[in-house]
Amino acid sequence: MRSIAVLVVGALVAGAAACGGKPPEFSGSDASSMKVGLAYDIGGRGDQSFNDAAASGLDDAKRNLGLRTVKELEATPGETDAQKSERLRVLAEAGYSPIIAVGYAYSEPMKRVAPDFPATRFAIVDDTMARGPNISNLLFAEEQGSFLVGAAAALKSRTGHVGFVGGVQSPLVKKFEIGFTQGVKYIKPEDTVDVKYVAQPPDLTGFDDPAKGRLAAQGMYDAGADVVYQAAGGSGAGVFEAAYQQHAWAIGVDSDQAKTAAPEVRGNILTSMLKKVDVAVYDYIASILDGTVKSGPTVYDLRLGGVDYSTTGGHIRDIQPRLEELKQEIIVGKIKVRAA
Amino acid sequence: MSTFLDRLLGRVKLSGWLALVAPLLAVLFAAVITSVVLLATGKAPLETFNALAQYGSQPRTMAVIVNTGTEYYISALAVAIGFRMNLFNIGVDGQYRLAAVVAAGVGGAALLPGVLNIILIVVVAVVVGALWAAIAGLLRVTRGVSEVISTIMLNSIATGIGSWLVTNHFGVLRGNELATKELPADSRVPGMALIPGTQLQVTGFIVLALVLGIAYYVLLNRTRFGFELRATGQSESAAVASGISVKKMIVVTMVVSGVVAGLIGMPELLGASYKYSTNFPTGLGFTGIAIALLGRNNAVGMAIGALLWSFLDNSSDTLQLLDISKEIVAIMQGVIVLSVIIAYELVHRYRIVAEQRRVSRELATPQQAEGAAA
Repeated sequence: MRSIAVLVVGALVAGAAACGGKPPEFSGSDASSMKVGLAYDIGGRGDQSFNDAAASGLDDAKRNLGLRTVKELEATPGETDAQKSERLRVLAEAGYSPIIAVGYAYSEPMKRVAPDFPATRFAIVDDTMARGPNISNLLFAEEQGSFLVGAAAALKSRTGHVGFVGGVQSPLVKKFEIGFTQGVKYIKPEDTVDVKYVAQPPDLTGFDDPAKGRLAAQGMYDAGADVVYQAAGGSGAGVFEAAYQQHAWAIGVDSDQAKTAAPEVRGNILTSMLKKVDVAVYDYIASILDGTVKSGPTVYDLRLGGVDYSTTGGHIRDIQPRLEELKQEIIVGKIKVRAA
Repeated sequence: MSTFLDRLLGRVKLSGWLALVAPLLAVLFAAVITSVVLLATGKAPLETFNALAQYGSQPRTMAVIVNTGTEYYISALAVAIGFRMNLFNIGVDGQYRLAAVVAAGVGGAALLPGVLNIILIVVVAVVVGALWAAIAGLLRVTRGVSEVISTIMLNSIATGIGSWLVTNHFGVLRGNELATKELPADSRVPGMALIPGTQLQVTGFIVLALVLGIAYYVLLNRTRFGFELRATGQSESAAVASGISVKKMIVVTMVVSGVVAGLIGMPELLGASYKYSTNFPTGLGFTGIAIALLGRNNAVGMAIGALLWSFLDNSSDTLQLLDISKEIVAIMQGVIVLSVIIAYELVHRYRIVAEQRRVSRELATPQQAEGAAA
């Protein structure tokens, strides 16, 4: 999957180059002399979710591509654009290139810092707003992956009632909700989908409040839901706990959470919507090494293997053929999944 | 006789050489304890301190430190006003965030042109901060609700109202970010190129911070209001006996604290990000509490504390580049606050004991004379 993704990205880049865009010259580089800098969002390595996915892409690149020098810098809760800008600047001044910023919180900082370092490559995950000749935007079709786990939820639900718990009602998390609902309705148009968000922006605590995540999911299970999909970062742990207490299903997000969640709740995780930040990070580094790196947005969708569903635990073995069918139909464009 | 709280909140002053010994002792304590922690985690303390010193001495860094420190200082002043009267305004955090959200929304609507819009934004922030703080003051004087409890709750409510305002009223979608509308270019406060050797400008709000610092000193030490505030803080019953309306003092002090709190978010809103987004700084009210303790509610002491705190906060990236965990910053900050408290307390106790010895010596001499006469 990964090599296919590299090929496709390569082809896209060749296409872009042929169109006569004017990106600065970045010929292939040497892995052993490359210094990769990674700026995390709040939570950093060890969040069992989004940041960890980026970290694992970096680890893969170290192992397979022969990177020697990598530096990971973590964010502090409550920090400002200025402080995030300084983080990118510190890395750029220390000679790191590429510098990968994990999360759209780096949008403004990236806009400010990247122009000052035209010879440095930058990448930002989940953001389209920061553009420049040396900036690559790594985006994901979260709605497509969420559509598939929505279909899985509908196929597995006995009560015809499922739920979605979002961390913060931001546009990004809404993509998960919208895709999920479409997946459920595609299979069973009359099914009920409960939707609840732990917090509203700009309050980000909803990504880190397991107690409230648990409460939200508990309410849905009590009301008759038997599958709940969570896109709630750290609050998701509470959703899993509620599922465990109720002997019901939960669906994980970002990473394969049947492998990373607390051991006792893993058996209640039906599947996880994989948002493969690791693939994007790995491919991005590889594309710099072979000189095919592309500025601007790359959307990692089902076709590029950027989103997917997990099969750990074997709970969805019976419906997997159906899900694969749906996946192909989305890839060829027979099913169109809305993002908003 | 002074209590521990009096000494903690700087109501009792040290004089002469003792005033110098206490902070030196605190720095020594902090350095020793931080070194032990660094050694325990396998890092060389001298190397770390050296890296920190190098980081702090670069012109660009200095500008960053001053900019963050400006917000910290204003926050510390807001907290200190309450502290001097035994009012624990834990709600500075909610007050400045709510003030900034509303001000950002009003400012983004650009109802007035240019400088008038800046004035409107600041006035809105100050009024919102004052009103939000007044709730806690009124609850205290009418229902006897401890301001510690009410302000903590009001912080949560402020978060909720802020989210509601941004999500349903002020919010504009840009990419994946929901934030208030950016302030128009003519209603932004420019920075000043104060520090040579860097293009990074120092926030124009440093002037406001200095003015507030001086006003704080004058208000507390040179006005009748300040005297009544300090008197009420020292002893409520004595204040009542001398005709001070304690209830009025509580409400007024909370309001003044809220006015200053409303200004905390202004450097960021008017001078840096021009909008209220998820990247708007949170938790500055709590940083202010730590700095007020560190600076012992003294206008100059808090300024030094704010710069020190800002220096440590901003150094986390440099430390991480050296493979030193950023958590060491939080440890250092905690250790410094404790060191200051302990060092001052030790020096105060030394002073008290020394005084008692002196007094007993002076008392002892005439006693002997009496004994001899008998």
